[in-house]
Amino acid sequence: MIIKDYTITAAEGMHARPATNLVKLTKNYSSLISLKKGDRTVKLSSLLNILSLGIKGGETISIIIDGEDETSAIIAIDAFFKEELKHL
Amino acid sequence: MRVNGIGVSPGIVIGKAHWLKRQRALLTGIVLQNDSDIATEIEKFNKAVSLSVAEVELMIGHSDAASDKEGLAIMETHIVLLTDPQISEDVIEKISQEKKNVNDAVIEVILNAVELFKSMNDEYLSARAADVQDIGDRLLKNLNPHSHSSTQQYPPDTIIIADDLTPSDTISMDVTRVIGFATQVGGGTSHAAIIARSKGIPAITGCGHELINIKDGDLLILDGQSGDIIINPDETVIEQYHVRRADWLAQNSQLHSLKNTPASTTDGINIKLFANIGNAVDMEQAIGFGAEGSGLLRTELLFMGRDALPTEQEQFEFYKAVVLKAKDKPVILRTLDIGGDKQLPYFNFPAEQNPFLGYRAIRICLNRPDIFITQLKAILRASVFGQLKIMFPMISGIEEVRAAKVILQQAKDELTTTGIAFDKNIPVGIMIEIPSAAITADMLAKEVDFFSIGTNDLCQYTLAVDRMNEQIKNLYDPYNPGVLRLIAYVIEQGHKNNIEVGMCGELASDPKATLLLMGMGLTEFSMSAAAIPQIKNIIVNNSLSAAKKIQQRVMKMDSSHIITAYLQEVTQ
Repeated sequence: MIIKDYTITAAEGMHARPATNLVKLTKNYSSLISLKKGDRTVKLSSLLNILSLGIKGGETISIIIDGEDETSAIIAIDAFFKEELKHL
Repeated sequence: MRVNGIGVSPGIVIGKAHWLKRQRALLTGIVLQNDSDIATEIEKFNKAVSLSVAEVELMIGHSDAASDKEGLAIMETHIVLLTDPQISEDVIEKISQEKKNVNDAVIEVILNAVELFKSMNDEYLSARAADVQDIGDRLLKNLNPHSHSSTQQYPPDTIIIADDLTPSDTISMDVTRVIGFATQVGGGTSHAAIIARSKGIPAITGCGHELINIKDGDLLILDGQSGDIIINPDETVIEQYHVRRADWLAQNSQLHSLKNTPASTTDGINIKLFANIGNAVDMEQAIGFGAEGSGLLRTELLFMGRDALPTEQEQFEFYKAVVLKAKDKPVILRTLDIGGDKQLPYFNFPAEQNPFLGYRAIRICLNRPDIFITQLKAILRASVFGQLKIMFPMISGIEEVRAAKVILQQAKDELTTTGIAFDKNIPVGIMIEIPSAAITADMLAKEVDFFSIGTNDLCQYTLAVDRMNEQIKNLYDPYNPGVLRLIAYVIEQGHKNNIEVGMCGELASDPKATLLLMGMGLTEFSMSAAAIPQIKNIIVNNSLSAAKKIQQRVMKMDSSHIITAYLQEVTQ
């Protein structure tokens, strides 16, 4: 299991467009991928659940990955948070 | 008769009203009897999902990817929502556990999600409720085999009137026939508004209950700028609006034709055209004029017209708002530049013989590090939201730059200790507006990441002319060869030391000076946004090599009269 924290630097928080791309990205992996904000944890496969967390710019969230391909999943997710999310 | 709402997409159109009424599915209250009913309902749901996804994919296939990026992104989101595991899990649970039929299960699940988004005290997320409602409507439509496709052929010049429009409604609008729309609810950040702007059709939202005064077939004038709708206007009013529409179209096309044209010379050199701004609204308007960033964000506005210093949080919100509007375009923020002619009611300025030569700008900041560090921390915090650069005003020598950088480092250290994110490599530059700074540009260039030449003060200090004094204002002349030599030297030294040199004074927006400054090697001009199209027009019609020749000739001329006459002639 891999747990990693990210601070959302995207301008207006976790909006529908980057969240959509994140959901699509996680569909490529068989590992169970979840997102935790405060005491709420949701599966990354549900856009509805991600949006319902109302993640704002500057907030910190944790990504939890558990499964066979977790190491390759974290690389892709890392790249997403570092690069893509900033420019979307 | 008139109705007024929020103008969310500018333009004036005249056309016929058409009400878009939507039939909403109703709860049936049916209770499922056995497992076979349950299985049938679940299968109906799965079928409705695949049908709906196929419909949206078809819309994506038909849309023009280049011109409708917003629409495409929304449709992608809809596909992800239609296949959302949480939604399907909830629907299936309602069917199998609560024995509801699929129609009722979908209505309830969608309603819950819509209510959740609406309750989330966030304008953006409340607007996302429309997306959830939209995919819900699509699912319900596809659950009922008798309902048919909602795409409708409208007559030409139709203005759509609706309580609200779903993103799908707006995306599928045929803009060759639908020329505008108005809705009862909604605001400027709704999808409908975003799509209207990206399709370039005028739109008004938030008209409220008054909108019911409009009947199908009424003749309407819709002004998407002011938010006015005029119902069945008389001939004179129609005539007035035809004229206004023509004016708007002409102005729009003129600005628009240059707006997306890069400011490159005929020999392919790119020039950056930036805007001088005071707040986030200015930034947004500047982009409308084709600005590629801001070369001067004046922060004084935030400090004036109030009775106490703004807090770090207030400043942070203000800078962040500007950076967000800039959307990753560079913004050069000038730290507090008060004193001189800019006084603050809550700050005690000592009486001075020569305020312009006195206690102002960086001099105050270095003397009051408490004020300075608060501003620097707010700037640093905002720096993660885009491309922010810091610029210190009124620098006279290298000690001031170093002292300011020490305080900046303190601000960084404090943020690091508290674990607050900021751009660690935020570029730091200075205004070159005092002759001593211009003359030592070679030394200062080693200390900073960029220069910005402030021609207004540079001119007044070099010529010893008070630009506010009517009697001597003819002496205030940026074309004085002494001033031009200083400017040329600063640009040259900037290039030698590989740092960027821009200009944010009035000279940057003077069409006579454009070619001369380009010839000197200036690559970034910052000016009032409205001046950008005119300056761009000069740049795109001339070459850098011609500008260099002009500059070489001008630098040999000994009087500003000869220089201005010559520049006037070559700028034609």
